[in-house]
Amino acid sequence: MTDNRQHRPQTRSLNIGDELFKNLTRFFAALILVLVVLMAYEMAVQSRLTWNKFGLSFLVRSVWDPVQENYGALPFIYGTLVSSFLALLIALPLSIGIAVFLSELAPPWLERPVSFFVELLAGIPSIVYGIWGFFVMVPWIRSAVEPALSSALGSLPLFRGAPYGVGMLSAGIILSIMILPIIASISRDVLRAVPRAQKEAALALGSTRWEATRIAISYARSGILGGAILGLGRALGETMAVTMVIGNRPTISASLFEPGYTMASVLANEFTEATSDMYLSVLIEIALVLFIITIVVNSFARLLVWTVTRRSTQGHT
Amino acid sequence: MKKLTMALAAMVLATLPAAAQMQLNGAGATFPYVIYSKWFDVYNKKTGVQFNYQSIGSGGGIKQVIEGTVDFGASDGPMTDAQMNEVKQKQGTEIMHIPTVMGGVVATYNLPEAGQHLKLDADALAGIYLGEITTWNDPRITNQNKDLSLPNKPIIAVHRSDGSGTSFIFTDYLSKVSKTWSGKVGKGTSVNWPLGLGGKGNEGVSGMVKQTEGAIGYVEQAYAVKNNLPYASLKNKAGFYVEPSLESVTEAAQSEARQMPADMRVSITNAAGKKAYPICGFTWLLIYKHPKDKVKGKAIQQFLHWAMKDGEAYAADLMYAPLPKEVVKLNEKLINSIAVK
Repeated sequence: MTDNRQHRPQTRSLNIGDELFKNLTRFFAALILVLVVLMAYEMAVQSRLTWNKFGLSFLVRSVWDPVQENYGALPFIYGTLVSSFLALLIALPLSIGIAVFLSELAPPWLERPVSFFVELLAGIPSIVYGIWGFFVMVPWIRSAVEPALSSALGSLPLFRGAPYGVGMLSAGIILSIMILPIIASISRDVLRAVPRAQKEAALALGSTRWEATRIAISYARSGILGGAILGLGRALGETMAVTMVIGNRPTISASLFEPGYTMASVLANEFTEATSDMYLSVLIEIALVLFIITIVVNSFARLLVWTVTRRSTQGHT
Repeated sequence: MKKLTMALAAMVLATLPAAAQMQLNGAGATFPYVIYSKWFDVYNKKTGVQFNYQSIGSGGGIKQVIEGTVDFGASDGPMTDAQMNEVKQKQGTEIMHIPTVMGGVVATYNLPEAGQHLKLDADALAGIYLGEITTWNDPRITNQNKDLSLPNKPIIAVHRSDGSGTSFIFTDYLSKVSKTWSGKVGKGTSVNWPLGLGGKGNEGVSGMVKQTEGAIGYVEQAYAVKNNLPYASLKNKAGFYVEPSLESVTEAAQSEARQMPADMRVSITNAAGKKAYPICGFTWLLIYKHPKDKVKGKAIQQFLHWAMKDGEAYAADLMYAPLPKEVVKLNEKLINSIAVK
């Protein structure tokens, strides 16, 4: 052991390749950081005009009037967050169900094709989801889902209003379908990685299959959470599919039936025809806000994973 | 070996004229893309001048003209005075607006009770988009549709969610006919819509209208005709109900030709002619008056002369309304004034 230590510095200083490789990879890793900082910087500079005019109040104002050059980002922030969390709310339980079935219960002849199709879903371009959502899902939501929801749960403000079909609910559902494959396939892999000994020990202690599965899920929960974060990240930034089904109206409404708008959608919709400096700057500021919100949500989620992991490792040791 | 040399020689010969060929770069509006492609193709076969046109949207076209990265631009809405000044500062030349073809914007709807025969006036259309009229049996609609029995259904107003020249023409019309509209909303490629749903592109708007009973929306005339959408006859300034057609759109420009300003930055919505359809507009080519490259300027000038003389004949087949003679005459004056010497 001591011999090794004495020899090591010598071999290290002699090996230029190692040094070079280390620095090269360090450089690549630094590029990511530089890129993020540069993007933030560039967006901050380009949106200075809006910042000077509205300041922080930009985040809490809810007008959007390109004619009067009067802008606020609140409806877009609200739309992005609500549609994404709605998607997560729908997709997470479904994904865990799929993952449990695939990793614990399904016979191999069924498990392989189902896994394949789950992964296939992840590869479908978002515009295809958008077109399907607009022409197939939205009419169904308008004629079946929304009337049913409002007659059953109409007393809640969430399910009031005219059934337009397009709106926050449709956006949440289409997003949930889009993020489901990511969460499901990550959860499945994580559940598979749970040591056999864990499950066998549970079964040996006399637990039922359900109890053993619950133990496996709790063992894998940090991984499942990680998958959920990736899914949420995709939902926050999703553009085309959402803009086709959300109704594109910058309003804040308690009802999920009402149309909304997201930050990514307004960028996609209005960027090409934004001719004045102010208009451009305001759109860039929206992009900056989206960027920051994504970072905040991700860090928050990381924190969550970290606490959960710590608690679970403490629980297991 | 001989074959190879011959092949090489042939290649060199083939590339030589191409290198000498004039290439003109343009960018802008998507609406006239179809007819411009046709023009560029026909003109290229005739003269060898090559055009490279990118339909990135009117806003993008204007930006590129200001930055001087293209030889010409194209837009569905005229440039503002501020933008014209910016060109002057950055490129040292005025910019000219040459109208090329016209397009109408139609109000399409989904109301089985009305079939193809709905009639609307300015007051009703503005009232619907302002949210003053909320059901189809409102007296402001039924008073002009006595032959129809319109239901007590809510109206769902659909608009374009993406910035577009179609929205500009539509809101320009509403601003002219309704004081409330011009005070509260105004005109633009995107505006602060008082209510309703936003659909992306013509297909998004027409899709929402088709799916939703009681919906009304506005789309490009050519799109509505190609897809057999029902559209309303609109009451024009002279008090007649006019169906959107290529003729009634051309008529609108003709009836306004006498009052047109010399720079042709003019809106022809709510035109005065008896047969004029009220919601329509020009699409323009944006040309530098003092082109930096005189040879290219000359080529553009020749092309524009050709477009006015022969090109307009292709418009109707491609569902664009051709310019009336009066406007062509005004254009010729402008085209001649390009400083190519």
